[in-house]
Amino acid sequence: MSDIQTISGHRGLLLEEPLIFEQSSPGRDGIDLPEAPPLDLDRLGGLARKAPIGLPDLSEPQMVRHYTRLSQKNYGIDSGFYPLGSCTMKHNPRLSEKVARLPGLADLHPFQPQSTIQGALEVIDLLAFWLKGLTGMPAVAMSPAAGAHGEWCGLMAIRAYHEDHGQGHRRRVLVPESAHGTNPASAAMCGFTVDPVPANALGRVDVEAFKAKLGDDVACIMVTNPNTCGLFETEILEIAKATHEAGAFFYCDGANYNAIVGRVKISDLGIDCMHINLHKTFSTPHGGGGPGSGPTVLSDKLAPYAPLPFVVHGQNGLKLIEHAEEVEGARPFGRVKGFHGQFGVFIRALAYILSMGGDGMRQASTDAVLNANYLLARLKDVLTASFDGPCMHECLFDDRFLKDTGVSTLDFAKMLIDEGFHPMTMYFPLVVHGALLMEPTESETKETLDGFIRVVLGLAAKAKDGQVEDFKAAPRLTPRRRLDETLAARTPVLRWKPGANSAS
Amino acid sequence: MSEMRFTKDHEWIKVEGSTGTVGITDYAQHALGDLVFVEVPEAGRTLKQGDECAVVESVKAASEVYSPASGTVVKANATIADQPGLVNESPEDKAWFFTITLSDPSELAGLMDRAAYDEYVKGLE
Repeated sequence: MSDIQTISGHRGLLLEEPLIFEQSSPGRDGIDLPEAPPLDLDRLGGLARKAPIGLPDLSEPQMVRHYTRLSQKNYGIDSGFYPLGSCTMKHNPRLSEKVARLPGLADLHPFQPQSTIQGALEVIDLLAFWLKGLTGMPAVAMSPAAGAHGEWCGLMAIRAYHEDHGQGHRRRVLVPESAHGTNPASAAMCGFTVDPVPANALGRVDVEAFKAKLGDDVACIMVTNPNTCGLFETEILEIAKATHEAGAFFYCDGANYNAIVGRVKISDLGIDCMHINLHKTFSTPHGGGGPGSGPTVLSDKLAPYAPLPFVVHGQNGLKLIEHAEEVEGARPFGRVKGFHGQFGVFIRALAYILSMGGDGMRQASTDAVLNANYLLARLKDVLTASFDGPCMHECLFDDRFLKDTGVSTLDFAKMLIDEGFHPMTMYFPLVVHGALLMEPTESETKETLDGFIRVVLGLAAKAKDGQVEDFKAAPRLTPRRRLDETLAARTPVLRWKPGANSAS
Repeated sequence: MSEMRFTKDHEWIKVEGSTGTVGITDYAQHALGDLVFVEVPEAGRTLKQGDECAVVESVKAASEVYSPASGTVVKANATIADQPGLVNESPEDKAWFFTITLSDPSELAGLMDRAAYDEYVKGLE
């Protein structure tokens, strides 16, 4: 079927679509505007445009078709199973979307007088109340715009605390080898040096190696729990104790918080700060590059250093604090974002929280872990699980099951695309060889999981049966065949230029 | 011809007189896959053994390169920054990363020779 050639280049209802610039025809437009009065260009101080602006000229129906066709090539959580590990691609309830579009919220301007946006401030305050309640932490910085931004915010608070207490020499950060790449990157952004901590044979932090690295120059440790192998860090209390005894802070990466919401209080683990990915755990759209939102919960020690602005309860209702001197004892390290954070994401997250309730969120994390363990249990006899025992919200396999088949993890993922699934996370975490990391989330039905399992087992059988050529050719049922990632990375073509399409 | 010595992090160093030439091993380039980006140290930089001295990025992963010995960087190989693919083609020859004036040649005794490194790599598979 895949080698049928059509005259048009379209493949049935899969329509070929050129770039919008390639469809431009000078003078074509969608709106008939009256002739503009002549402008006095001399008054632009020599800044008047001398050449055309270079936007494509298209009719309205062309535009509508262009974006509709592009959207039809997309694959998202609304189209099917999306088991990308460490990403928590869960369903986005339509109720949350509806609430976020209410004109009383969607049409606000960030410069409105505070007396006219009391409801919006209440959204921020109530969401903060829930995040503090769920984590057991006393404070939360709401403005970080995504997970890595939250990491950076937490590290800045830690740095400010140390500098305030004559401990500015503490500039080393301990990061386990299995960490998300953002952890060492955030630490480096903050001016810290990164010292990797090895994992043990069980896929968890090697506590003895970790303790040996502690010292009076360590600012903090950054641990993800559950970690990126989908495992709960069982020695976390021991790690926290040793960290605090060494005068350092415990930063927790909350990317995998979906596994433990309503079951574990972060404060009970000895954690000093943790970012929460609202766009993962609290179900707001992501995966297309944003917007994310990464509120960061803080312990009593770090709370005074939280960035501006933040909401407090004032004499005349809620009040947005924009300057440090407005609050006694506040020592904010600065601002991290324009305005008040990702307000549209706050609304969706709060709508999710209120519609789920505490019991619902506890059920969700339970089901997320159950679903991952169902995948693990059904697949582990054929695929090679990297670690023994049950997992948390995601299950990790490595490529030992593909040994001597000639099929790589990448080939396996490309075949999944032909089967109509978004591939799992591949080649991460780096601590296992040829990783396949699957996170089903609580959104999926048993029927969906069974369908996915049937395909994965079928593909594993094909690989072992020597059908390596099929794997190397995959994907074959997509708008494009396999892309040359190496060529794209080495010589990226980042923008269309006039005349570029005449060569093709 | 002088002998190559190897680290557990898959760097090699070849010493002639007091100058060493550093690169990554064939095993390392194979494990990384097609390289798309290489950053080499500037001449004049002082390195301690085990310091991060270069960055390599492939389609699969980004990784640091650690200096196999202490000393001062003499010259970096600008060719591999322009052509990262050369590291895949000729990791232990043309795609050397930099040369270094050794400050403590006795450190080399702690590195593996070819036979020991081959044995070490076999244990990883």
